[in-house]
Amino acid sequence: MAMDVETLEDSRHHRYVLNMGPQHPSTHGVLRILLELEGEYAMELLPVLGYGHRCHEKIAEHKPVKSFMPNTARMDYLGALIYNHGYAHLLEKAAGVEVPERAEYIRVITSELNRIQSHLLWYGAYLLDLGAFTPIMYAFDDREHILDILEDVTGSRLTYCYFRVGGVSKDIDDKFVTSTRAFIKRLRSRFPMYEDLVNGNIILQKRLNDVGELTPQLCARYGVTGPLLRGTGVDYDMRRAEPYSIYPQFDFEIPTETKGDCMASFLVRFREMEQSLRIIEQALDGLPEGPVMAAKVPKKLKIPAGDYNASVEAPRGELSYYLVSDGSDVPYRLKVRTPSYSNLSVVPEMCQGMLLSDVVSAMGALDLVIPEIDR
Amino acid sequence: MKSYFSELFTGAWSLILGLKVTIKALFTPIVTCQYPREKLEITPNYRGHIDLVKFADTGTHKCITCGSCMRDCPSDCIVVDGEKREGVKGKALTVFTLDFTKCSLCGACVEVCPTKALDYSNEYELAGYAREDFHYDLLKRVEERE
Repeated sequence: MAMDVETLEDSRHHRYVLNMGPQHPSTHGVLRILLELEGEYAMELLPVLGYGHRCHEKIAEHKPVKSFMPNTARMDYLGALIYNHGYAHLLEKAAGVEVPERAEYIRVITSELNRIQSHLLWYGAYLLDLGAFTPIMYAFDDREHILDILEDVTGSRLTYCYFRVGGVSKDIDDKFVTSTRAFIKRLRSRFPMYEDLVNGNIILQKRLNDVGELTPQLCARYGVTGPLLRGTGVDYDMRRAEPYSIYPQFDFEIPTETKGDCMASFLVRFREMEQSLRIIEQALDGLPEGPVMAAKVPKKLKIPAGDYNASVEAPRGELSYYLVSDGSDVPYRLKVRTPSYSNLSVVPEMCQGMLLSDVVSAMGALDLVIPEIDR
Repeated sequence: MKSYFSELFTGAWSLILGLKVTIKALFTPIVTCQYPREKLEITPNYRGHIDLVKFADTGTHKCITCGSCMRDCPSDCIVVDGEKREGVKGKALTVFTLDFTKCSLCGACVEVCPTKALDYSNEYELAGYAREDFHYDLLKRVEERE
């Protein structure tokens, strides 16, 4: 910015600091953002973290690897199964456990249902931030069906602990298959309704278009992944970039947009739901018979000494687990790379000079889950 | 100028389309449930806190006090203890408590149990005034249950 000292001092004089959060209706959890405002423009932003820190990574260093599974679900409560999936994938890779094919199919189906559920909640909550109250009611109506389907098979509604090293804890039945098929049909029929109610709405267009623009270079600098990165035109998705599980067998697209603004990531998420439905449909058609747990998983899972890494595509971006083992059944170090943390770090640069109401739009488009940032 | 009016028109039309959805929803059946007054049926697979199973053939639980659940619990919320009694093979169960405030419902205890003596309860209406309200004595619960 070309500003001489005098005007800078003068404008500093008019600036004031505003706390957004830690408990603010438009931050979903205890995230605090220090805003330095000049009139209604946010000139500096500083996210303050740590209100929900629970030392998950440290806990992992103190107990057997298998016992950490329920903790993974608590990190991102909206993508619990996908976090389970990543961790199970890591341990299977490290200990060389073969997973039965049926278990992999069940994992993919439930993970994708979880992804749709996460996007639906984001959809409702985001529009709630923007001041539209009704859409969350429609989104939760649909989301409730997924929760019921998953509750029937996993036993919980939000923080699932369903995957095990070598498979899943419970087999799915015919009821699951029929209700999932019914749900696919239902959600497909609801998409035009969402289109009419929200996506075409002029107020939404005005609030999202050209707000919070990202470029692929900026994303690369901050490590921004997920729908935000795909909104800038880069088709980076861990399910394609580094295929895991049985994803290579399925035919699906990676939705991308080119503009990189809030509207782009909004549309990417919306179209991702459709792609997830496609994956579920194919997986249900090809569901093989067989066991859902590997036959020989040692009770005490010893990880050979070395470094291991496993990445999966979480609803918000790339999730990586990095495990350093010293040969025992307790990890020496477990590092979790969560997408929201990197996505949040772009905020100060992305939102500089924005109107305060646009900051809310841009922050909502990041789809932040605060426990995942703090862990 | 022309784009101004066309935007005005498309904008107004988008709002009317949205209202159409809302009005249509007004005539669809109610999807919510008035919770305390009416309750939805809960799936039998729901995982509440763990409970000792009462077996009909013996009229009691089947815990052999091996302590596998206690060892496998990631949060150390189960305490199992037993004593040697005359005429009873192995150890007889004297203490089985669960600190539900620490439990994360992972299911490790239920899966590791060699006699399938543990199962999930279906309780979901949990509220209390003190932490101790969630320290369950499972042995007492299984004896009191019909």
